[in-house]
Amino acid sequence: MVGAAKAASAPFGQYTEVPGAYDEMFERPGAPRTHYRELHQRIRQLGAEELARRQQAADLSFLNQGITFTVYGKDEGAERIFPYDLLPRLITASEWAVIEKGLTQRITALNLFLRDIYGEGKIFRDGAAPRDLALSCKHFRREMRGVKAPRDIYITVAGTDLIRMPNGEFRVLEDNLRVPSGVSYMLTNRQVMKRVFPVVFTNYGVSSIEHYGQALLNALTALAPPHVHDPNIVLLTPGVYNSAYFEHTFLARLMGIELVEGRDLLTHDNTVYMRTTSGLKRVDVIYRRIDDDFLDPLTFRADSMLGVPGLFNAYRAGRVAIGNAIGAGVADDKAMYAYVPKIIRYYLGEDPILDNVDTYLCSDPKELKHTLANLDKLVVKAVGESGGYGMLIGPHSTAEQREEFRRRVEADPRNYIAQPTITLSTAPCFVDGAIEPRHVDLRPYILCGDKITIVPGGLTRVALRKGSLVVNSSQGGGSKDTWVLRE
Amino acid sequence: MLSRVADSLYWMSRYLERAEHTSRIINVNLNLMLDQSPAAPSERWSRVLQALRADAPEAGEDDARGITHTLAFNAGNPSSVVSCIAAARENARQIREMISSEMWETINGLYLQVKRSRFDEVWETGAYPFFSQVIQGSTMFQGVTDSTMSRGEGWQFIQAGRYLERGILIVDQLDAYYEEFTPGTPAESLHENYLEWVGLLKSFTAFEAYCKTHGADPRHDHVIEFLLLDDHFPHSAHFSVKRLHGALEAINGFAGGRNSSELLRISGRVRSTLDYLDLPELLRGGLRPYLGQISRQHAQIHDIIHRVYLAYPVESAITWA
Repeated sequence: MVGAAKAASAPFGQYTEVPGAYDEMFERPGAPRTHYRELHQRIRQLGAEELARRQQAADLSFLNQGITFTVYGKDEGAERIFPYDLLPRLITASEWAVIEKGLTQRITALNLFLRDIYGEGKIFRDGAAPRDLALSCKHFRREMRGVKAPRDIYITVAGTDLIRMPNGEFRVLEDNLRVPSGVSYMLTNRQVMKRVFPVVFTNYGVSSIEHYGQALLNALTALAPPHVHDPNIVLLTPGVYNSAYFEHTFLARLMGIELVEGRDLLTHDNTVYMRTTSGLKRVDVIYRRIDDDFLDPLTFRADSMLGVPGLFNAYRAGRVAIGNAIGAGVADDKAMYAYVPKIIRYYLGEDPILDNVDTYLCSDPKELKHTLANLDKLVVKAVGESGGYGMLIGPHSTAEQREEFRRRVEADPRNYIAQPTITLSTAPCFVDGAIEPRHVDLRPYILCGDKITIVPGGLTRVALRKGSLVVNSSQGGGSKDTWVLRE
Repeated sequence: MLSRVADSLYWMSRYLERAEHTSRIINVNLNLMLDQSPAAPSERWSRVLQALRADAPEAGEDDARGITHTLAFNAGNPSSVVSCIAAARENARQIREMISSEMWETINGLYLQVKRSRFDEVWETGAYPFFSQVIQGSTMFQGVTDSTMSRGEGWQFIQAGRYLERGILIVDQLDAYYEEFTPGTPAESLHENYLEWVGLLKSFTAFEAYCKTHGADPRHDHVIEFLLLDDHFPHSAHFSVKRLHGALEAINGFAGGRNSSELLRISGRVRSTLDYLDLPELLRGGLRPYLGQISRQHAQIHDIIHRVYLAYPVESAITWA
């Protein structure tokens, strides 16, 4: 009886590594990696019941704080908490050093790329990237040709998704350069974690991420017109119905800036104002969380109710700065992605520190043929989509789904890419009272202002469904705190 | 403060005040129906409709049940209790970050309760508990607001919304009772219409307070004096406009930069009218013109709040920017 009770509460009792995946905690079955040892031991001491109790406390804390997101499609905008896993994911200082250097290099190059393609277009002339592919990207903005972004900063905030290969090496899966979200979860996960595991947290020497708000504010301030001393910076949200509204309110509060909707702003004489009870107040920098399409009904989608008529003209006149720049999305297009290593070499003359995942462009006849012949092995993605929508995971698909994708890809090859199905690394997660491996990725947030800042950490997203490789929150994903160790 | 935020606070408060008052007036009149009284029920209900400026329901729907449905449950009627609570809650939702969590939970709880209620069930089981619940929810919200919200500009917009709406409701209802105020001697009026006067007072939770001031014999001149001019009772027009004027002065202090002289002049004028009004003179000259004037001034105040703080044209503001 005593033995049975003990086994039931041994949290790692049922842990079986996923074949072919790099396990973040275990070097081999039962043997945790050096930097995980203390955590492993502590979890075993606590036992499953205590973990369950702490998980409940954490969930309740998220719910009470209203840290929720909205799910589309099901019961019209139901609010859910973003599932949170109790066990932190650890990254060593030396691993982080590579990530930091690699991301700095990558975002620097992508920023130069954006300046170039909306300016002279040298890269096309030199043949390092194809003009027709770039100009046919869904998020390429013709209107931006010849418009200079303030201080040549096109990317203020980037969220780049990294995955760990079976050999332990990090690679870039995709960049998010339009309105990357999720950073509020990175920050709130940490707050909750400090309360749940105070002792382990202290002993581990975890790098702080508390300065994110300040770093973001600095990056936004860097965009302000040089003659403005105390710039008025606002966060532009689509409103309460947006799935990331919580994050918008969170960040505005964190930076102490005003949270505005399109209807709060107006333009007059190429100047943007916000309407307050004390009169109009000039706006100098807009941290926008609205897609390009909806920013200005006079320039982009005329049916947008979220935007500000005349905003683009004010932007073009240099009277207001917008981060991220309009049209930055061309550089995170899934087809352009294949060219990022070349882009890095072209602008910086360096080899990429973080590699891409192999990518087949269906616009190329040879690669299209390869893709169609291997639909059951590849992951096929629509280039303009995000959030895990419009995606086929070959090995997990049915014959019907593959036929459906074959038709779609053949009808519009430019719109699709394919990548080998990569077994993402796994990390131990506390699921239904026991610890099991689940696939994870990592999204660090890169801030570009006077210099590039990456707070040491990121959002580790977890595919909570067993065997699933999709980590997006809209598709049943969760998250866990990410500890970057100081040494 | 962003104009949109101020606008939401102001309307949240107005809608809630109206929901509360409509609930109370329905409760009172359903209750009056239980007593035999000389007044025909249909007259009484048409007065209720007039007091709330509601359209008469279609034929066949103009009994107590139909009118209660129109005034309380008809989602197509923007002034019905359910519509007002939904609108108040929607306004609160838009500015959830600007109000306290306690305020949000209270108003959201009230909304969910009302949304769950079905008219047929409410009517079958006696409507009293339903309307009491709305009144309680609204007063609770006011209490929670008073105890959890900073007395900043936002709080003042909430006060402005509440007391503007309350002033309008009081004046409109007195106007609907106007005919009752004109007949011969007070004594006759008292005898015939005792229940009506009690009903009027109870619509503003004023019966007990009135009795403490004037005793339990409602005389029409005392009733009107109490509801219009009393200095200390929170549901009198005088009290209400004093609070409105005070809130507008406070807002003027917070939101410098907008020209509010016209606004303060008008709210100040309503206030001093009620400060210095002479009741016998008023009754001799006829009550209606006064009520009409106060009502128009309230509408003007609303328009100017809107024009000065909430949705002003760019041209009026560009020199101030």
